[in-house]
Amino acid sequence: MKNTERKHPLLKYIVLLACWMMLMPPIVSAAKSKADQAPGRSMAQQATKSKKLWRTTDHSKHEILQKNFKSGEELTQACISCHSEAEKQFHKTIHWTWLADPSDKEREYGKAGNSLNNFCISTNKTVDTGCLACHPGWGTSKESPVNCLVCHSQKSMNFDEAMTDIQGFLAEGDEESKEMALEIQAELRDAAQDIGLPARKNCGSCHFYGGGGDGVKHGDLDTSLAKPSKTLDVHMGVDGQDFNCTRCHTTTLHNISGRVYTRPAATHRKSLVEDDLTTKITCESCHTAQPHKGGDKMNAHTDKVACQSCHIAEFARVNPTKMSWDWAQSGKLKDGKKYKTKDEFGKYDYMSIKGRMKWAKNVQPEYLWYNGVIKSVTAKDKIDPAGVVQVSRPVGDREDPNSRIYPFKVHRGKQPYDKVNQTLLMPLLSGKLGYWNTLDWNEALTVGQESLGLPFSGEFDFVETTYVFPITHMVAPKDKSLSCTECHSKTDSRLANLKGFYMPGRDGSRLLNYAGWGVVLASLMGVLIHALGRIFSRGNGRNKIDKE
Amino acid sequence: MTTNGNMKNIYLYARFERLWHWLQTLLIIILLLTGFEVNGAFTLFGFGTAVEVHNFVGLTWLIAFAFFVFWIFTTGEWRQYVPTTRKMLSVVRYYMYGIFRGEAHPVPKRKEAKHNPLQRIVYLILAAILLPVQMVSGFLYWGYNSWSEWGLSWLSLQVVALVHTAGAFAILSFIVVHVYMITTGHTLFAHTRAMITGWEEVADEESVGDWEYKTKAA
Repeated sequence: MKNTERKHPLLKYIVLLACWMMLMPPIVSAAKSKADQAPGRSMAQQATKSKKLWRTTDHSKHEILQKNFKSGEELTQACISCHSEAEKQFHKTIHWTWLADPSDKEREYGKAGNSLNNFCISTNKTVDTGCLACHPGWGTSKESPVNCLVCHSQKSMNFDEAMTDIQGFLAEGDEESKEMALEIQAELRDAAQDIGLPARKNCGSCHFYGGGGDGVKHGDLDTSLAKPSKTLDVHMGVDGQDFNCTRCHTTTLHNISGRVYTRPAATHRKSLVEDDLTTKITCESCHTAQPHKGGDKMNAHTDKVACQSCHIAEFARVNPTKMSWDWAQSGKLKDGKKYKTKDEFGKYDYMSIKGRMKWAKNVQPEYLWYNGVIKSVTAKDKIDPAGVVQVSRPVGDREDPNSRIYPFKVHRGKQPYDKVNQTLLMPLLSGKLGYWNTLDWNEALTVGQESLGLPFSGEFDFVETTYVFPITHMVAPKDKSLSCTECHSKTDSRLANLKGFYMPGRDGSRLLNYAGWGVVLASLMGVLIHALGRIFSRGNGRNKIDKE
Repeated sequence: MTTNGNMKNIYLYARFERLWHWLQTLLIIILLLTGFEVNGAFTLFGFGTAVEVHNFVGLTWLIAFAFFVFWIFTTGEWRQYVPTTRKMLSVVRYYMYGIFRGEAHPVPKRKEAKHNPLQRIVYLILAAILLPVQMVSGFLYWGYNSWSEWGLSWLSLQVVALVHTAGAFAILSFIVVHVYMITTGHTLFAHTRAMITGWEEVADEESVGDWEYKTKAA
């Protein structure tokens, strides 16, 4: 056998080198990009670069604030004497009206309207004065003057209580009481002189307690955000950027940006790059719609997946949040008395006046298509008690180009409805005639419905309901965001419930996979049998024949 | 039919052809590993890395394939892929029976006729149908986010993905058989050696029919 000259002994090394070189660019770029920043990050840092607010006034030097205020009215007038338009502006906002759209006389979405939820159900058009503790006026009347301090004073105190005490002591008239009044007045004066943009604790004094207690409602909004760590909220963390709420909830004429019932927080997806006067309410305002590094597959997700879906893997990470509330279980007594029991978090899981409740921590959101609009059932709307009633639900579907997959807390409830009129019912809870005092559903429902001017047939039962909260706070640092396989997985995909589209890693055809592996296996068996045939028949055959 | 004992070395595979073959081998192995991970068959690199590598290697393959197509037409090598039924039955008979009896291959390799009838049809299906289907479906899959810009909104990702998966199974199954078949040379590694060095040891000329040459022997 003559082995003719091998012309290029180096060739195979060249081949290997070429293959290796083809694989190098991604490796090199992966290493290099560690130094580079994602564009969305750089953008956001530019948008929030200057943290210092420049102030042109010092409220402690204003003569009009050097007084011992005797009423809320007097204090508010002091503010208005300079900020002439502030109260007028504020009166038009939902923070004051508690109506999503005061011109909408039909549905009247809002706490002061026909809206209800599956927590404390309703404010009975603010007839339930227990709810008015959060209304930003002096006292619990909607006609009272605006209390500017609730949102703007940097001092924390219970202003309503302070004013009631001042007025009480002044009424008593004796020297000791006057002394006491002066003391509280001094405190109030300090609070009135220490003014600024709303801080986390200002907004939090109501919003952290939505539903009547810390973390009851939202799951991504509770007292843990008063002084959060960077791990809990990468923007608000006191050890990081230390954002206040208003950093994103930007404001014009006292209108604070954010979702209001059916109205989306933002109608357009645009960044400050596209519109320098846009609100900063969306992630994209600062981070843009293509925030990840160039060529990163994540950028191809932003059309269908909201940032929050991956960047808030769990909510209620420090404080627990209420996940369900069964009013039908309420009214039980122990030894003829109302009672309550606590769960592992020290939260009430049973109260005679409220029923059974479930709390949870580190909750994985549920994912739904959402275009920014939340549709909700009002006290006027007919319901179908045969199924679970969606008291509120996100609007959107896969075919809607404005919809994205968005994380939600879904609160499950069981609450009273009118069996004849087929509407949800709004009981009065607090006060002498309220359910919490009487444990008498019939009376509470009658009075409650009356307060709204809505009928009650007298026949009621309980129906299962759901209520949704878009999860948008508690954005975790990027290393805590979801990995691909949290969703792209055949088992335990977070998006297992979202149907109607093909998702790599989650979907596939069982039939095709069985058939495919079957063919591969059959090929393998085939060649094995053939090989055995060659081994056992005549070795590699030819040589033997040659010998013959 | 007996083997002529005179073996000789012929230069069968050109440099480019070998480069192409082994580059494609590497690319396909990487694509199969990463592709089946994305499909959900196993976890190896991690889903994100698998997707990134698969996309990069897939696009690389697409470009490399363009060079192959150019090469095959400029060199006239495409004629080696023209299918025929002549001697097909004897080749089939050989692999099913003759090979166990130690018979000689009915269609030995020649420079101008390196594919037997069975190889012609298999490689034609592979190069002209299976690989292009895989590349087109893969490219579409990769470009999913641009479908509306490309006017392809009517396309179903599911269909594209399933075609792509089916193609992958077909290629994997081809590789199983192919890797086995290359051991059926006169020694176990004769064919492998040929694809590395270019030189194949074959029986002498007589057993090659004139019709098999892509150009008539002068």
